[in-house]
Parts: sequence; C-alpha cells; structure tokens
Amino acid sequence: MTRLFLTVAAMALVTILTRAAPFIFFSKRKPPAALDYLQAYLPPALMTILVLSAFKDTRWVDSPHGIPALAGAVVTAALHLWRRNVLLSIACGTAVYMVLSRIIA
Amino acid sequence: MKDQSSPNTKRSVLGAAFKAGIPVLLGYSSIGFAFGLVLVGSGLPWWLSPLMAVIVYAGAAQFMGAGLLAAGSGVIEIAILTLLMNARHAVYGLSVLDKYAAAGRRKPYLVFGLTDETYGLITTMEPPPGVDMTDFYVALTAMNQCWWVLGCTAGALFGKALPFDTTGLDFAMTALFVVLLVEQTKAIRRPEPYLAAITASALAYAIVGSGNFILVATALTCGFLLIVRDRLERGGPPSGTAGQEALP
Repeated sequence: MTRLFLTVAAMALVTILTRAAPFIFFSKRKPPAALDYLQAYLPPALMTILVLSAFKDTRWVDSPHGIPALAGAVVTAALHLWRRNVLLSIACGTAVYMVLSRIIA
Repeated sequence: MKDQSSPNTKRSVLGAAFKAGIPVLLGYSSIGFAFGLVLVGSGLPWWLSPLMAVIVYAGAAQFMGAGLLAAGSGVIEIAILTLLMNARHAVYGLSVLDKYAAAGRRKPYLVFGLTDETYGLITTMEPPPGVDMTDFYVALTAMNQCWWVLGCTAGALFGKALPFDTTGLDFAMTALFVVLLVEQTKAIRRPEPYLAAITASALAYAIVGSGNFILVATALTCGFLLIVRDRLERGGPPSGTAGQEALP
C-alpha cells in the first residue's frame, strides 16, 4: 500500500519536473538564441516523430502487415488535405482502421 | 488580467475548447479505459487508476508504471524509467513559453497538463477570435485531463463488463497527430524540420528499437536542426502557428 502511494507520488513528481523544466529555467531570462530557434521548428518535427511512433511496434512481416494503420493514416491525411475538416478526417481515418483491422486478420 | 467574462463568452470558450478537443476525447477515453482494464487485470487495486490519471497524467508512463508495479519493481527504478520516458516533455515547454507567459496563477496547471496531445493542439491552433488565450488553453487542458480521468476510472471499474468491442478506437490519437502534421505542413513549408525528424526516427529505430523511441528521435532531431540552423534561418522566421481558426 505504502509502496503504491510512494511510487505514484514519485512518478507524478518526475513527470511534472520534465514538463516544468523549460519554465523553471527560462521564466526570468530569455532562452538562448539556439533554443529560441529550436522551439520554432520543433512542432512540425515533433508531429512527424509522433506520427511515425505510431508505427514503431508494427510487425510488417506478419499479417495484417500494418495495412490498417497505414490505410487509416493515409485516409486521414488525404481527407484533411482535401476538406480540412478535423473531425471528418479523424472519424473516417479511425473507422478505416477499425474496419480493416477486423477484416484482415 | 482576467476580465469579467459574460456567461456568453464563457460558453464560447468552453464550446471552442470542447470542439477542438473532440479527437482527444475519443482517444483519451478509450486509451484511458484500456489502461484501467490493464491495471485491474494485473492485480492492482482499481483506485490506483484514477489516482494516477489525476496526479501523474502521462499515458505511456502510466502503462509502464502499472506493469512494473505489478511485477514488483522498486520505486527508484520506476521513477528513473518515468523520467526517461517523459524527458521529451522538457522540449515541449520551449514552444509554449510565450503562449503561457501571461497565464499567471493558472500557469502551473497548464504546465502540469502539457501532454503530447495538448502540446499538439496548443502549438497548432489559435484560440477563436474574441476569446481570451489563457481561458482557451486552460479549458482545453482541463477538458483533455477530464477525458483521461473518466476513461481511466471507467476502465478500472467496468472494464470487464463492456458489451461491445472498442478495439482500435485509440487510433483516433494517431489520426489526430496526422491531422496536426498536415496543419504544420501548411504553416512551415521548409522541408528541413520534416527531413530531420524522419532521419532521426529511422536512426532512433535502428539504435533503440521501439523502447524510448520518441526520446531518442527527439534528441537526434534537436541535433540535426542545430546543424542546419544557418540554412534554415536564412529563409526567414517561421510563421509560428498554423494560423487556423478554432478547430474544427
């Protein structure tokens, strides 16, 4: 019981520390120019990484060969380029994924 | 600098944040549900699930923590692994230093709630016109956590009694990142950040496989971006956010 509470408290503390680090260091002074440059280009780079990370556990050799996730992502991106309607893109992409992952066993 | 918002503006803040966060609602409630199910299934008490959702609020780290707790790992080991897993968040704050600068007493909560998805929404989206920026960000952050807490609690309590198969609903999270990436490509048209991220991801995958993939890929991306700094800065400053009106 104590171990559970201690562990959860430690996880909470560590997590808030990682999230607060930049605010602690740069609330009074301006971040150095290199970091200022980095933060401007990090969102597109991080979104790319987060999308790719969805495929990091995909087993390409075994059925379904990652097809449901690939198709879902392509449908989402294509729809979003075409209609630019967030909910439509996400709903259709997720539906494609769910249907395909049930059909291709 | 909080003004006396009329009930109307308050409702429009909540409405805009709710709409913007619907993909997160789908993703967090289903992934949270899965988490609660896994946690109870591994023999841990159900209340640990809502407790973690409220005070830790980190998806992947919670799954890992619950697994290690059930396997009997020590506090220090779990804390270090949580640190490694969440170290990427230390970079997120850099992009929202300015956006959160005026948040005052509400800033600690915004910082606490800076998950992958909340970061994605806040860096890609502008608050709707006439809506206070901080109000919008706080509403979005709090609603996202709300869906997570609800999912984690429901999964732990009712997971085993569910009448239908929700497997795959969590793909909404991947789809959200795809949408946010498309939005980013409209705002930042230089190829370098994307190429840096793709190269870094391939390298990270080759080096560490899927464990700590995001952390290593993020670190390598920062390195690559610094290498091409002169090149990129010659092209002028980026436009910042995708300049999109309130989603959707």
